[in-house]
Amino acid sequence: MEAKLQSVVQRLQERFPLQVEEFRGEAHVFVQAEHLLHLLEFLKTQEGFEMLSTVTAVDYWPQQQPRFHVIYQLLSLQHNLRLQVRVPVNATEPVLPTITSIYANASWREREVWDMFGIRFQGHPDLRRILMPQDWQGHPLRKDYPLGYEEPQFTFNFEEINQRKPYAKE
Amino acid sequence: MGIEQKLGNMGVVTTTLEQAVNWARTNAMWPMLFGLACCAIEMMAAQASHYDMSRFGMELMRASPRQSDLMIVAGRVTRKMAPVLRRLYDQMPEPKWVIAMGDCASCGGVFNNYAIVQGVDEVVPVDVYIAGCPPRPEALIHGIITLHEKVRGEKFISKA
Amino acid sequence: MTQIQEMTLDEIRHLVSENAIQGETVVLNMGPQHPSTHGVLRLIVELDGEVIVNAIPDIGFLHTGVEKNMEAKTYQKAEVMTDRLDYLNTMGNNLAYVMAIEKLIDLDVPPRAQAIRVILTELQRIASHLVWIGTSALDLAAMSVFLYAFREREMILDIFEMCSGQRMMTTYFRPGGLWRDVPVEFEDAVRNFVRIFPRRVDEYEALLTKNPLFLDRTVGIGKLTREQALQYGVTGPTLRASGVAWDLRKVSPYMGYEQYDFNIPTHTAGDVYARYLVRVQEMRESLKIVQQALAKLPYGPVRSNNRKYVPPPRSEIGVSMEALIHHFKLWTEGFTPPKGAVYSAVESPRGELGVYLESDGSPKPYRVHWRTPSFDNLQVLPILAKGHLIADLVAIIGSIDIVLGDIDR
Repeated sequence: MEAKLQSVVQRLQERFPLQVEEFRGEAHVFVQAEHLLHLLEFLKTQEGFEMLSTVTAVDYWPQQQPRFHVIYQLLSLQHNLRLQVRVPVNATEPVLPTITSIYANASWREREVWDMFGIRFQGHPDLRRILMPQDWQGHPLRKDYPLGYEEPQFTFNFEEINQRKPYAKE
Repeated sequence: MGIEQKLGNMGVVTTTLEQAVNWARTNAMWPMLFGLACCAIEMMAAQASHYDMSRFGMELMRASPRQSDLMIVAGRVTRKMAPVLRRLYDQMPEPKWVIAMGDCASCGGVFNNYAIVQGVDEVVPVDVYIAGCPPRPEALIHGIITLHEKVRGEKFISKA
Repeated sequence: MTQIQEMTLDEIRHLVSENAIQGETVVLNMGPQHPSTHGVLRLIVELDGEVIVNAIPDIGFLHTGVEKNMEAKTYQKAEVMTDRLDYLNTMGNNLAYVMAIEKLIDLDVPPRAQAIRVILTELQRIASHLVWIGTSALDLAAMSVFLYAFREREMILDIFEMCSGQRMMTTYFRPGGLWRDVPVEFEDAVRNFVRIFPRRVDEYEALLTKNPLFLDRTVGIGKLTREQALQYGVTGPTLRASGVAWDLRKVSPYMGYEQYDFNIPTHTAGDVYARYLVRVQEMRESLKIVQQALAKLPYGPVRSNNRKYVPPPRSEIGVSMEALIHHFKLWTEGFTPPKGAVYSAVESPRGELGVYLESDGSPKPYRVHWRTPSFDNLQVLPILAKGHLIADLVAIIGSIDIVLGDIDR
């Protein structure tokens, strides 16, 4: 890890209880949900991480505690640094505070995480589905949601699949 | 060639009504702008100057379904977009034809998952399928010429 | 198949202002199929006469489920789906994915492969900007620019077809280098393109840059300030036109960009005209990079030698047992990277294209997330469009250069 990033991570470790992992020169900071807002506020105002690159999540099903990790990828233009903040979220109560007051583009990104994973964000101004239709059931990117593929038609099963396929009438 | 031979010394051309109507329909078929994804870029390239589609009568692409008679479904159709597609198809006046351009419109293409309709013939009846990901502009033009040949062979009796 | 949602006023009550509900303003649906929205973008526009009060984008009509589908395929097979995300920047998408894999594995790329990757990515950038200038000029009723731009694009697509066999969805970059070496006609074709292209850009500029009609429609429209751009995570030419000189090719160079001499065009006005000037200048700068990379093109292999991840050439399979075993393992099972997560970003023609790749030691990626630039760039549309007319809305959408495949994935 490079020296500037190392010093930023050290300052964070003094103020907040967190674990740090390093992989291929990147710094991954693990923090609990209650410290998230303060950490991001501190990073934006004091450490100069002006831009939020992305908010996404990973599903570790069938592991239940924690089931999801929500990932915030931050970018500092003045120092040219990247930092990744990971928040573990349980399966029973997947709720996190919203960060739209800190970074404005989190508004749509959190909507996408709600749509794809089912993690609620408290205080979000407009939490509804963004990529799937409004009345869709289920959260597609969860690992227990099926891919939903159609069986390929070969010559041996061509007729039976053809009969089941819903062709459009006039 | 053509008209002069038929004219002879009488100044009269004889043909069947079907041939005349089908000739008129094929030579000025106006496509509706329905470019969804990557195939739309190849459709635009086919409309541009290198592979000119206006020489086949498709000078303009009408955005309004009420003024077009050919719908080229270019690109992948998602489950959210499928009702919109059906509604636009219903708004087109008869006679109308549909070309499914590309693999995603023909059969779902590379994407075999929850979000993509596996072949646009689940939503609208298709006349010509064009394969390719994306099909070259020449392939699109070949598909359009195939559709023209199909329309030239259409009979009024069977449509009623 | 779901029914079309007839959106009642209750559902959008919290989005539109009080005036709409009382009927003083009109709520207009610029639906997914419209001649000027670039792709299937739906806008719910609230109008006071012809002045826009609010413009709310509704996306998701091209959501392809790529992220979930890539989890079901091995790394090599999943690369095919990456071209189809931002379909105007296909080489760039391949590059982002392949760089993420190489960062995860810590795999080297030979210098010849790096130089050819740079040449093809910059040509793709020029091709994407040509489509941008063609379609946004077409929206402003300048049709000749559309025809000229697509004529140049055909030359670039011929070069792509020469290398990989496909015009657009090439899948030419592979982990460790390229699929195969470029053919002998490649250098002449690129040199020919570099020779004729500057005069063509002069043609487009002669048609648009000082044209009073174009200036009337673009100067002062859709102003984006520096603070708003940083707040919303806007990147790419949209950010550079608002005064921030941030380009990933300069600040964190990859694939050998540090050896090429090029500038980052910026502008301070932040309106539609500034974004136009920035992109036109970027086309010229990309051409400079292509020229330099072609002049310095080194000889050597085009793919790494690490047989655990890169398949051996066919000639070697006949003579070496290890090569046969490597080939067999790579084709039946696929390669297995170490456990871990990386985030790797490149500069696409629209902004920062990032790939978050997490692996759990199996041959299939555990999670692939695409940080696509158009998703964040579109979020500023309500701010840019407020107070302008509908005709200006068309110009603004063209200037932020969104691609719906990028947004909806």
